[in-house]
Amino acid sequence: MIYQDSKTLLAVRGLHATVNGIEILKGLDLTVKSGEVHAIMGPNGSGKSTFAKVLAGHPAYAVSGGAVVFEGGNLFELKPEARARAGVFLGFQYPIEIPGVANSQFLRLAYNTVQAGRGKDELDPLEFDDFVREKMKLLEMNPDFLDRSVNEGFSGGEKKRNEILQMALLEPKLAILDETDSGLDIDALRIVAGGVNQLANKDNAIVLVTHYQRLLNYIVPDYVHVMDAGRIVKTGGKELALELEARGYDWVGAEVKANAGVNA
Amino acid sequence: MNTASTSRYLDSLLQRQPPASSLTWLNELRANAVDRVGALSVPTTRDEDWRFTDISPLTKLSFQPARDAAQLAPATVEQWAITEASARLVFVDGIYAPQHSFNRAGITVENLASGVTRHDAAARAHLGRHAGFERNAFAALNTAFLHDGALIVVPRDMALAAPVHLLCIATRKQTASYPRCLVIAESGSSVTIIEDFVALQDEAYFTNAVTEIALAGNAEMHHVRAQREGAAAFHIANCAVSLAQASRYHSVSVALGARISRHNLGVLLAAEGAECSIDGLALIGGAQLADTHSLIDHALPQGKSRQLHKCIVDGAARAVFNGNIMVRTGAQRTDSSQSSRNLLLSGKARVDTKPQLEIFADDVKCAHGATVGQLDVDEVFYLNSRGLSDTAARNLLTYAFGAEIIGRIGVASLRNRLEQAVLAQTQTAAAGAARES
Repeated sequence: MIYQDSKTLLAVRGLHATVNGIEILKGLDLTVKSGEVHAIMGPNGSGKSTFAKVLAGHPAYAVSGGAVVFEGGNLFELKPEARARAGVFLGFQYPIEIPGVANSQFLRLAYNTVQAGRGKDELDPLEFDDFVREKMKLLEMNPDFLDRSVNEGFSGGEKKRNEILQMALLEPKLAILDETDSGLDIDALRIVAGGVNQLANKDNAIVLVTHYQRLLNYIVPDYVHVMDAGRIVKTGGKELALELEARGYDWVGAEVKANAGVNA
Repeated sequence: MNTASTSRYLDSLLQRQPPASSLTWLNELRANAVDRVGALSVPTTRDEDWRFTDISPLTKLSFQPARDAAQLAPATVEQWAITEASARLVFVDGIYAPQHSFNRAGITVENLASGVTRHDAAARAHLGRHAGFERNAFAALNTAFLHDGALIVVPRDMALAAPVHLLCIATRKQTASYPRCLVIAESGSSVTIIEDFVALQDEAYFTNAVTEIALAGNAEMHHVRAQREGAAAFHIANCAVSLAQASRYHSVSVALGARISRHNLGVLLAAEGAECSIDGLALIGGAQLADTHSLIDHALPQGKSRQLHKCIVDGAARAVFNGNIMVRTGAQRTDSSQSSRNLLLSGKARVDTKPQLEIFADDVKCAHGATVGQLDVDEVFYLNSRGLSDTAARNLLTYAFGAEIIGRIGVASLRNRLEQAVLAQTQTAAAGAARES
């Protein structure tokens, strides 16, 4: 939701990034204020997921230009774990399976590490168990998921619920959810979206990276951005998503090219 | 080293043999073994079976059996206590320590030297019959010294839930010990046996163990092997298992200790419908070498085998795995899978893995595979993105890799203890790996 007096959480200016020496982001600009929900859409290969991973600090992605200011500081001075503690959260498109580590152990370790980093109290296993079970209700998750290995043997929907559970535990200021809707059936989508909506408040912001408009029926964005060839080329309100759904992405690219022609 | 000098080395090990038994057949078995020791030599890397494991450092040192038992305080032994155990046999430098042993299991769990006369017929039917020593110098050596060890007989249809703990403690340097273990599980019985090798010292010594296990029809056994020998130890173990109809054998072996260790595990599925699961973990660093050779021999139809072997190798350590699965002509409808997974934590760490399938039947389901790798960048990043430092992330992933095997140990107190040991070792290992990367 757009609030009148909200602070700028994230300011991305002219961001360039490469992977394996190939430039994927080519001058991306984006401003996100607290309370807002942004959707970043675009065709495959436009750089959406790269942008999400660059913000979280994946080591395979190298920043080659531009700046990202998060809560007034240079985001790129922080290691990935420091970003997490500072309040950046990436919901993974493909959450990693960790056989041999109980989900409860992992969730508590992540929670306590982030709490300690924020100077807040850690929870012992018993306290954490009560706490996490309460949060799991938000996502209609069976407590059995605590005893299983992290994401191992989870269905696509279960993995995504586990991601949003982590978001609920870590209480990020900026949550970037990368293709959270992919691989979800309609019931799982409703539950996951419901969880995200309950976690949204006027002090945090959510960036949804998605290929399809479907998710946006459940999590209504304040802004919809279209990425093309490594940049945000068009920004509109939630109705832009419907237009993209109806007309595809090609017309946006054509419009960009036409504008470039006029300017030249 | 040439054959002549290595054979003389084996002769040097033959000194100080145990006293003759009252049983003629046992004396004959030992005499045969002594003959074989005389004819065989210490294997070299020119032997196919020892290609990756250079055992020659053993031959630079001399070892002799302990003359008398070191006296240990009860508290010293109790640090390795397994609370669930219904029986325990303790051997100190290979010598039976009755004062530290107990048996509340209601089955035969006794030291071999005294048990073998009482169970003459059963012992005679099995001792030396499963663990062949014709071409195996170390099994021959153990058999030449066949005197004491563990004898476990589980009566028909007896289901013993509480584990039996066999604890071998090494206290003196330059000592050779030759533990021998015979397990006879009669039809329909079930039992859990833990073989546990620990040390109170970090000097060189030599453990040369042989374990023979015979499961009768429909019997079931859980076998846990914890090799946590001292840092300079040589540990060589031969284990031979024979499975009768519809019997089930489950093994989890964990190798953490010893300078050089070699574990040969042979499982013969000798009748229809037998099943086994063989899981192993070697977690080594420094200049350690841990070698596991396994042979799962499907001799008759409808057998099932599962094997997962993992190695975590740090420093300049070296792990070897050779897993042979044999499916003989008659072993139709065999269902077998084998996986070797290896994690290298340093640039100098090395693993040689060789899964082998030999299939002579045409109606079978067999799968095998091997992976060797380092910690996955995406896995580390996933944990980083949840606030964990690089070191914490690497620790957790390394631990998890090993914990998958440890988690299969059904005895909670031992499982927890080994998990802690793995955790402690992975923290050291992963910290080194993080510095290197």
